[in-house]
Amino acid sequence: MTEMTLLDKSPGNESPIKEILLNLGPQHPSTHGVLRLLLQMEGEKIEALDIIIGYLHRGNEKLAESFTYTQIIPLTDRLDYLCQPSNNLAYCLAVEKLLGIEAPERAQYIRVMMTELSRISGHLLISGALPMDLGAMTTLLYVMREREMIMDLMEMATGARMHSSYVRVGGIREDLPEGFTDRMLEFCRIFRARIVDYETLVDKNRMFLRRTRDIGVISAVDAIDWGLSGPCLRASGVDWDMRRDNPYEIYDRLQFDVIVRENGDCYDRWKCRMDEMRESVKMIEQCLAQMPKQGPVMVDMPQIAFPGDKGKVQASMESLIQQFQLSAYGFKVPAGETYVSIEAPKGELGFYIISDGSEKPFRMKIRAPSFVNLQVLYDLCKGYYLADVIAIVGSLDPVMKEVDK
Amino acid sequence: MSAEQDSTTNVFFTALDGVINWSRRSALWPETFGIACCAIEMISAGCSRYDLDRFGIVFRASPRQSDVMVIAGTVTKKFAPIVKLLYDQMPEPRWVIAMGSCAISGGVYNTYAVVQGSELLVPVDVNVPGCPPRPDALMHGFLLLQEKIKRSRSGRHIPVRDVDDVPVSTGKPPPQ
Amino acid sequence: MPDAALLNILKSTCDRFIVDSFDTTDGFPCLVIERNNIVPLCAQLKRHSDLQFNFLSDICVVDFLPKIPRFEVLYHLYSIPYKYRLRLKCPFTEGQEIPSVTTVWRTANWHEREAYDMYGIVFSDHPDLRRIFMWDEFEGYPQRKDFPLRGYRDEYNPFGEEPDWSEDQDWSH
Repeated sequence: MTEMTLLDKSPGNESPIKEILLNLGPQHPSTHGVLRLLLQMEGEKIEALDIIIGYLHRGNEKLAESFTYTQIIPLTDRLDYLCQPSNNLAYCLAVEKLLGIEAPERAQYIRVMMTELSRISGHLLISGALPMDLGAMTTLLYVMREREMIMDLMEMATGARMHSSYVRVGGIREDLPEGFTDRMLEFCRIFRARIVDYETLVDKNRMFLRRTRDIGVISAVDAIDWGLSGPCLRASGVDWDMRRDNPYEIYDRLQFDVIVRENGDCYDRWKCRMDEMRESVKMIEQCLAQMPKQGPVMVDMPQIAFPGDKGKVQASMESLIQQFQLSAYGFKVPAGETYVSIEAPKGELGFYIISDGSEKPFRMKIRAPSFVNLQVLYDLCKGYYLADVIAIVGSLDPVMKEVDK
Repeated sequence: MSAEQDSTTNVFFTALDGVINWSRRSALWPETFGIACCAIEMISAGCSRYDLDRFGIVFRASPRQSDVMVIAGTVTKKFAPIVKLLYDQMPEPRWVIAMGSCAISGGVYNTYAVVQGSELLVPVDVNVPGCPPRPDALMHGFLLLQEKIKRSRSGRHIPVRDVDDVPVSTGKPPPQ
Repeated sequence: MPDAALLNILKSTCDRFIVDSFDTTDGFPCLVIERNNIVPLCAQLKRHSDLQFNFLSDICVVDFLPKIPRFEVLYHLYSIPYKYRLRLKCPFTEGQEIPSVTTVWRTANWHEREAYDMYGIVFSDHPDLRRIFMWDEFEGYPQRKDFPLRGYRDEYNPFGEEPDWSEDQDWSH
């Protein structure tokens, strides 16, 4: 470390309490991955801290410059690994904007539905992990039960539990399987009842309330200044949700409330996520009701999309060549630049892509919400106790793979 | 030494091996050490539905209390010294499971920042392939490790690895 | 997005800072600016009551290696009250410093540290400019176009580029 942003103590300003420099992480069960915090403490109070990240920096942006546009989709899966379809969607929307195409209607509904499903899975894990960090192990075990149901649904539709790469440029990989709608509705029904259980598990728990209420408070102006987005921003009272304000896909056809809370403390951030899950369930049900029952799920453009009918590849030479061309060389994207951002579970997830007209992007920049949200810790932790840092980090919900890109 | 004597010593050692190995493999305590996406599947494996506890596999938060290190995620060059340090902090005997393609070989991330396989850092006993592996696969990995422990000869002397100075990569070519 | 209205306001208020303005291919209004004007322009964009670009989405650096000027730094701004989006572009050559916008938006801190880490771009007046992703001993700026994707061969990456001994690389900018 060259220089730290820690306070220096001038000689006249000493206090009788011993100062400690404490290292938290990168291997610590409560830092949600490989986050490392250097805390300068007076007694048990945080005076200053330094956030050290980069333990998971893999060079996604550089790697993307050597991958074709289709090959990048799996890389985006591995950014926010709790909510993969959101990442896929943001990236694919950016490429589609460069190409000037739009996915078919049914594909858009399925995309939104899967995004909301993954939003539930991401919020669910963190809303269970935050109480666990504070000592209530039960919640995590409960939420994992429902998360497994979501994983099952994901696996049914996409074939993979986590990294599905389901959303593709121009649509989705394949249509929903038979019986998916019923299972999804069943899940919505069960989940709606169980979310009440989770809330009653911790919401009335005095210990949980005292450890999260009025802890890590951030005002609306500060939150915007620090670039917070997503539930962290809305918990501070800023009414901004890109699903409503800059609607993409079919969000303008859905009825939902944007959850805004007042206090901007850990409890509000946790509660905001809980309520957002309810809204997501609502949206999924609306998607299922409004979705066209039949129809293509991939644009009909042979130069971009794989042939929809797999049987064709074996029967017709042209389809085989198309398949081969697409898998071996990818497709060309017209030169230009674009920035597309969506409301991912963690906040504003943006992709800035410069294309030089070839099969590979010239530059891809990821605006990772966790990365931006995390730096507010500099401000948020000061003056609180060491135990509160755990609650604050948990309530910000950083996913380290996204932070480090 | 007569053949009779030889056989008695052998029997004695085999039996002790059996007891030791049985006790070691029945209570494998992995470290709560998640790096990336695979850690989520590791948590899934430990939580409801998959429930690793029934194999005697209980996650411990400290490397000093654990037997197995599950490297669940991408090991970057910045993180490599820490993985090594954690491994050195674990008491002998210790085992390593490399979970997921990133930990096995660097996976898709063949870049300037990623260690190309945790085998370059620590001796790996079981590789669990997948990206990420399903919880069932991790469970299978644990069972394989138990099998390996069952067959190992605990009576022999295990050379203790020295705690070397942890090298720090500069990213620059080494001086010739 | 009401681009015409936005551009009119921009032209009337910040004309003296703007070198060029156009709509990019994706429909973003985009301003090209001088690097010395960044801070006053950003402050004005944030303060102006009809614009209120209070949210800095992203700072991105692009390396156009053979071209001159080599680098371009982009600011993506968002106005939460008016839902405007705006892109600022500032081209500059290697070795030039960019004024930091941390005084305007505090969130710029890590964005600029990332740009410094990945491209070696020095932001003047930045409170805490040091590496963020890579470790301190790391040499070189990995996302520059002339840095090999796999880095240089070392004990952890046997697939890295063979070091080129003939050329004595200058790693300081």
